[in-house]
Amino acid sequence: MSVVSDAATVGGRPHEPVAPATKRPHHWGRIALPAYSWLVIAYLVFPIVVMFVYSFNKSVGGVPQVSFSWNGFTTLWYRTWNDAPGLTSAFWLSIRLALIATAISTVLGTLLAMALVRYRPRQFHGKGVIEQILFVNIAAPEIVMGASLLGLFVTFNIGRGFITLVLAHVMFCIAYVAVTVRARLTGFDRSLEEASYDLGAGPFTTFRRVTLPMIMPGVLAGALMAFALSIDDFVTSNFVSGTSSPFPVLIYASTRVGIPPQVFVFGSVIFAVGIALALSSLAIGRKRI
Amino acid sequence: MTGGTGTVDEASATPEASATSRPVVARFDHVSMVFEGNTAVDDLSLDIYEGEFFSLLGPSGCGKTTSLRMLGGFEEPTRGRIFLAGKDVTFQAPYTRDVNTVFQSYALFPHLDVFENVAFGLRRRRTSKADVKRRVGEILEIVDLPNFERRRPNQLSGGQQQRVALARALVNEPSLLLLDEPMSALDAKLRRQMQVELKRIQTRVGITFLYVTHDQEEAMTMSDRLAVMRHGRIEGIGSPQEIYDSPTTEFVATFLGASNLLAGNVTGVEGSIATVTLTHGWSVRVGVGRLPEARVGTPVKVGVRPEKISLGTGAAAPGSDHNSLRGRVKVSTFTGVGNQYLVEMPWGTDVTVYAQNIGEATAPRSGEEVVLTWPIEHTFAVRPMASGSTEDETNTGDNDE
Ligand SMILES: Nc1ncnc2c1ncn2[C@@H]1O[C@H](COP(=O)(O)OP(=O)(O)O)[C@@H](O)[C@H]1O
Ligand SMILES: [Mg+2]
Repeated sequence: MSVVSDAATVGGRPHEPVAPATKRPHHWGRIALPAYSWLVIAYLVFPIVVMFVYSFNKSVGGVPQVSFSWNGFTTLWYRTWNDAPGLTSAFWLSIRLALIATAISTVLGTLLAMALVRYRPRQFHGKGVIEQILFVNIAAPEIVMGASLLGLFVTFNIGRGFITLVLAHVMFCIAYVAVTVRARLTGFDRSLEEASYDLGAGPFTTFRRVTLPMIMPGVLAGALMAFALSIDDFVTSNFVSGTSSPFPVLIYASTRVGIPPQVFVFGSVIFAVGIALALSSLAIGRKRI
Repeated sequence: MTGGTGTVDEASATPEASATSRPVVARFDHVSMVFEGNTAVDDLSLDIYEGEFFSLLGPSGCGKTTSLRMLGGFEEPTRGRIFLAGKDVTFQAPYTRDVNTVFQSYALFPHLDVFENVAFGLRRRRTSKADVKRRVGEILEIVDLPNFERRRPNQLSGGQQQRVALARALVNEPSLLLLDEPMSALDAKLRRQMQVELKRIQTRVGITFLYVTHDQEEAMTMSDRLAVMRHGRIEGIGSPQEIYDSPTTEFVATFLGASNLLAGNVTGVEGSIATVTLTHGWSVRVGVGRLPEARVGTPVKVGVRPEKISLGTGAAAPGSDHNSLRGRVKVSTFTGVGNQYLVEMPWGTDVTVYAQNIGEATAPRSGEEVVLTWPIEHTFAVRPMASGSTEDETNTGDNDE
């Protein structure tokens, strides 16, 4: 600062002392906003902390049930994580279900998004209706969807189980994938595809080598959302699961008899894995840039 | 180029004559393209010969890009046929055509590095790994971008991106390269540099170039032949010198370089020389072959390029092979390489004159009476354009866009 102003006054103008730079006034927001943010984070994390702490709580009278008074520290539940009846298999069922539903809904949702972005209404009859239905699908109360799905399966005498779970989960994930991918496709430069054709690539190669890599961030975001929606879905799953209960359904059912403490163990581990994944993706992202 | 005896013979012997004896690489055969009632290309017929640098020149919106896209296979013409190497490709998909395009926006693949961008076309044709590596290396050498293989397009300057786009197309050795205003994103200095560079590359690789531009200087500098387009039609076609020296329409005369155009009527035809009487009584002479119609009474505009006129004090002797007109210097501007004069004719029209700075002491000053003299052979005549339609699209200077 001072160097510049000194140089500027050289030659002619009387040399005035450089006025001290006015200090930026302390803004109350500089303290309040971070404090507020930390409060929000605390609010969000508190239940998880409670769950984590109580995963080390002893139970009362030897009954393997969650107790909400502190009875002393134990790692027993971590050692016997596999002993709660049905819990582990329900967990793997949920993972399998989420993976399959994610894969199917990501493919279908991406193709739907392509169709919606690429064709003008005149080429694509009913495009507006489809967009409305997507919106309705996202906005509709899950309880209504679950109930009507159950009605459908009963009417057509379809045995409830893994297949109906997959059908239901794919159904509510597609719209989210389609909307996410569509956002990514909207700004897509079509001349990239023309360049690909120009260089001798047919439509399929062009999709694989140019279009898909370009929209991949949108596809991955859609897939992540689908996975998250599927893995913790309770309402719809409860209607259509029949005898094969996914994790949330099983836990809900067990609340009536008493929650096995291993539930907290699973919860804590899932949370830890989630954090580890988020941190590593952050680290990879940093390295790339 | 101009001046000296014998140039006329040379001109007629070189690019034109030899070009027509070469095979036709691409042909537009009465091609029209109509977009929702708006005719973008109107009955276009054009042959591009092997090895030539051909430019389509015209103002924005005249149908240049549409013509190129029909050759590339990205648009199907409403009417007419398109041939590549004698084969009808009108409805053939772009990925089956032996042409490559340098897109106006370059359209480099942002997710691939320079090497993979350039190798894209080769990989589609299952070229062996070693060949891909060699050919990509060679072409990057030619476009002067060695050691850039691992860069991403967003890490390159505009000029470098343009070279990559060029390399990506050239590496496939197409029979025809299409370039859609590839310089439009570059600044003026880089553009001039790239013009020379592009011409050098074209000569070296020997591939036919079809170059689209709205910049008349660019088209003249690089082309073997060029066509001036307007409203989807070709208004003039030939070598830059032919088109510059003998424009056939008022639009061509004003779009390609600057022209002085004086309105008049043909009043006499004697042998090979016609007399045109200007609206205000003075008359000039023009070769009969230059007239749109050699009939007394035909309305024409007589034209002469500003650098063909010399300023003096004495009129040309009657019967000489020069035209002369009297006027008064209105504005005299020194431009370094020469002087630019605006000379006012007695009836109010201004005539532009360029005089080269060759050390003559007696440059006329503003207000001085002068005589404008120029050879009859440098006089041309065009049919007058419907009035008012020149304003929005003529390009009299080196303005861009
Ligand atoms: N896809 C299209 N749909 C409708 N009109 C178009 C389309 N492409 C070009 N045009 C019209 O055709 C005319 C010629 O366009 P274009 O070939 O891009 O001109 P240029 O490249 O010479 O600037 C313009 O009037 C333009 O608006
Ligand atoms: Mg264009």
